[in-house]
Amino acid sequence: MEAAEDSCARWRPSCGRGTITGAVRSVYLDHSATSPALPEVVDAVRHALERVHGNPASLHRLGVEAERFLEEARSTVAAGLGAEPPEVVFTSGGTEANNLAVFGVAWARSSPHVIVSAFEHSSVLEPARRLRQLGVQVDFLPVDRDGFVRLDALADLLRPNTALVSVVLVNNEVGTLQPVAQVAALLDEAESRWGRRPLLHTDAVQALGHVPFRVRDLRADLVTVSAHKLGGPKGVGALYVRRGVHLQPSVLGGDQERGLRGGTPNLPGIAGFAAALRFWTEQGDRLRGVLRALWAKLRAELASCPDVRWNTPAEEQRTAPHILNLSVPGLRGEVLVHRLEEDGVYVSTGSACHSRRAHPSHVLLAMGRTEVEATSAVRLSLGPSTTDEDVAYAAQALKAALEDLRPLVQR
Amino acid sequence: MERVVLVRYGEIGLKRGNRPVFVAQLVRNLRRGLPAARVDNRFDRIVLRDVDPAVAAERLRRTFGVASWSPALEVAPDLEEIEAAARQLVAERHPSPGTTFKVESHRRDKSFALTSPELDRELGSRLMVHFPGLVARMRDPQVHVWVEVRDRAYVYTEVHPGPGGLPVGTGGRAVALLSGGIDSPVAIWMVAKRGVQVTPVHFHAPPFTSERSRQKVVRLVEVLAEWCGPMDLWVVPFAHVQRAVRQRVPEPLWTVTMRRVMMRVAERVAERVGASALVTGESLGQVASQTLEAIAAIGLATRLPVLRPLVGMDKLEITALAQRVGTYEVSTQPYEDCCTLFVPRHPRTRPTLQEAEEAERTLGTQALVEEALAGAEVVTPVAAVARS
Repeated sequence: MEAAEDSCARWRPSCGRGTITGAVRSVYLDHSATSPALPEVVDAVRHALERVHGNPASLHRLGVEAERFLEEARSTVAAGLGAEPPEVVFTSGGTEANNLAVFGVAWARSSPHVIVSAFEHSSVLEPARRLRQLGVQVDFLPVDRDGFVRLDALADLLRPNTALVSVVLVNNEVGTLQPVAQVAALLDEAESRWGRRPLLHTDAVQALGHVPFRVRDLRADLVTVSAHKLGGPKGVGALYVRRGVHLQPSVLGGDQERGLRGGTPNLPGIAGFAAALRFWTEQGDRLRGVLRALWAKLRAELASCPDVRWNTPAEEQRTAPHILNLSVPGLRGEVLVHRLEEDGVYVSTGSACHSRRAHPSHVLLAMGRTEVEATSAVRLSLGPSTTDEDVAYAAQALKAALEDLRPLVQR
Repeated sequence: MERVVLVRYGEIGLKRGNRPVFVAQLVRNLRRGLPAARVDNRFDRIVLRDVDPAVAAERLRRTFGVASWSPALEVAPDLEEIEAAARQLVAERHPSPGTTFKVESHRRDKSFALTSPELDRELGSRLMVHFPGLVARMRDPQVHVWVEVRDRAYVYTEVHPGPGGLPVGTGGRAVALLSGGIDSPVAIWMVAKRGVQVTPVHFHAPPFTSERSRQKVVRLVEVLAEWCGPMDLWVVPFAHVQRAVRQRVPEPLWTVTMRRVMMRVAERVAERVGASALVTGESLGQVASQTLEAIAAIGLATRLPVLRPLVGMDKLEITALAQRVGTYEVSTQPYEDCCTLFVPRHPRTRPTLQEAEEAERTLGTQALVEEALAGAEVVTPVAAVARS
């Protein structure tokens, strides 16, 4: 933990102007966007850059060394996921892994039917929409007001030719933990009815580390993970592809990664990914406890704010321990983001706002929120470097910001 | 024989009395833009030496006051040398049998032995001897050889148009309101083209606008600096004005009131930097704040003349110009802009001056202007070659 503190201190951006209580601090509560690199990760990346010169595909000794290095990292990541090493396909991150999962299944089947939940990350939703444009049957699984996929609706959507069901493990905006095991059970039923089991994909980018899981227990066929939400490097991730699952490759031009993803592997990134995952595997229990306590504290501190409406349910059993999403109806999320920035508190909106048109969060709209609520959301996400004082300060800053901006709230 | 670039300045040549001032400014601007080149001010041309014509071209096409320019060979005013230069330039055009050509001479130095028509004929026949396939043609020749004979002789086969206008720095100074949009950078470009040095003012309103929108404006000034030379960008805080207007002014008058405060702040910046006019990107009737009535009510907030170079242009014309200037790509980057908070649902499209003044009575305008100026920051973005 101390090591993590150090890395954050080094990384910290310029502090805010400090409009509250004269304090000037920097509190980063945007770990779900990306989490600062852990010192272990920096060391691992540096080591790979300095010591591992070969291309794993080269025939000579240096190539063999690089290959061994790559396979060690693959084993570490596989162990972190509860998978066999050959089942781990490294990619350039979560987005590529999600694309590979959706397109890879659809192109490997004839007349496939695809179901994705309505509040997936756009790297699942957009490929699904593209498939639909290209004539593939695609259905979007609705979610309820609390932010969970509707299993009753899934039962109705499944068909004999359903090839893929994709349900996120932890939603990236609101942090709800999806009932993936129950989804798997429904797929079992489909199998017993039609003799063929649809493949189950889950995007576990926000879940990895923060929610303990083993791919075998999830009974998922494809699982997306990413390094930089854990303090690993940006630009590296992986897709778990269960042994026996056939996919069409996403990147042609080399037989790397079992032929699913051509290109020289990003060795330094992969080494950093392995280091981050090792850190979370070793420290996970403790970290999850700390994060959950901070999560609960932040929530409690803001309980007295009349304007705040929670988009993240209060149930600890069904949420990730590091994401809290709230709306202040009538106050645009990005205004609150920039106002908090003045006090050195960095958070994000659920959605992006371009030019003069507000883009409401598709996640919150899928959860049945109004357009106003869906454009007024901010997400606070915690990480290993977050402290008690950070949370207290952020809550104070948020209250002050709401007080300050109240005259501007559009009713 | 020396490779040079010959620069002509059409319009400023006409202004007899001021001419030395204008030429001296153009020479200064070229020296700043091409620090490695020797800039030689001779007779009614400027000669650039020690410069790659391709590098010079990039600079000259963005230097106001340049009417046209030619990569040229400079030789002694001697027929043999002129012929050698002409041969070289014609050879560089790879003539084939049937290639049409023409020689056009201007003898300024009357001590030169041949008159212009004699030189045309003599040089023409010599070139035909050297390049046997050449065919003389007076109209639309494929290769046009110009010869200017002065104390030195200049031979060239290309004439490229410059942007025209007047050298920046000869037309005084103005303060321009610069938003991140398409119009205001073009307005700045248009007054700079008339020789005016511009000090842009940007109203920045965190937390309602982001750091990215500020960076976008800095980038716009970088592109404009390619045309106008380095400019001091004033970044003026404005959120307090927006909040005050929202709270104290009737909603239909928010826009006109905020624009009037902007004019007052700009006028104060003008006092500080010694500017004698304001510049806006307004064009008539584009949006509610740009009706004739709104423009009148806004303009009357300042004593200074307000230049509106886009006033009669429509969006397509402005867009085409923005593309030529190189600001279009920057202006159209979609950054969040939460000014909708301060856009009235039903703005008064034809506000009267009386209404506008009435609305300001309880606003505390003076204090708001002072606070804006106190928080102003001046940055000088470095010119970056525009990709256009």
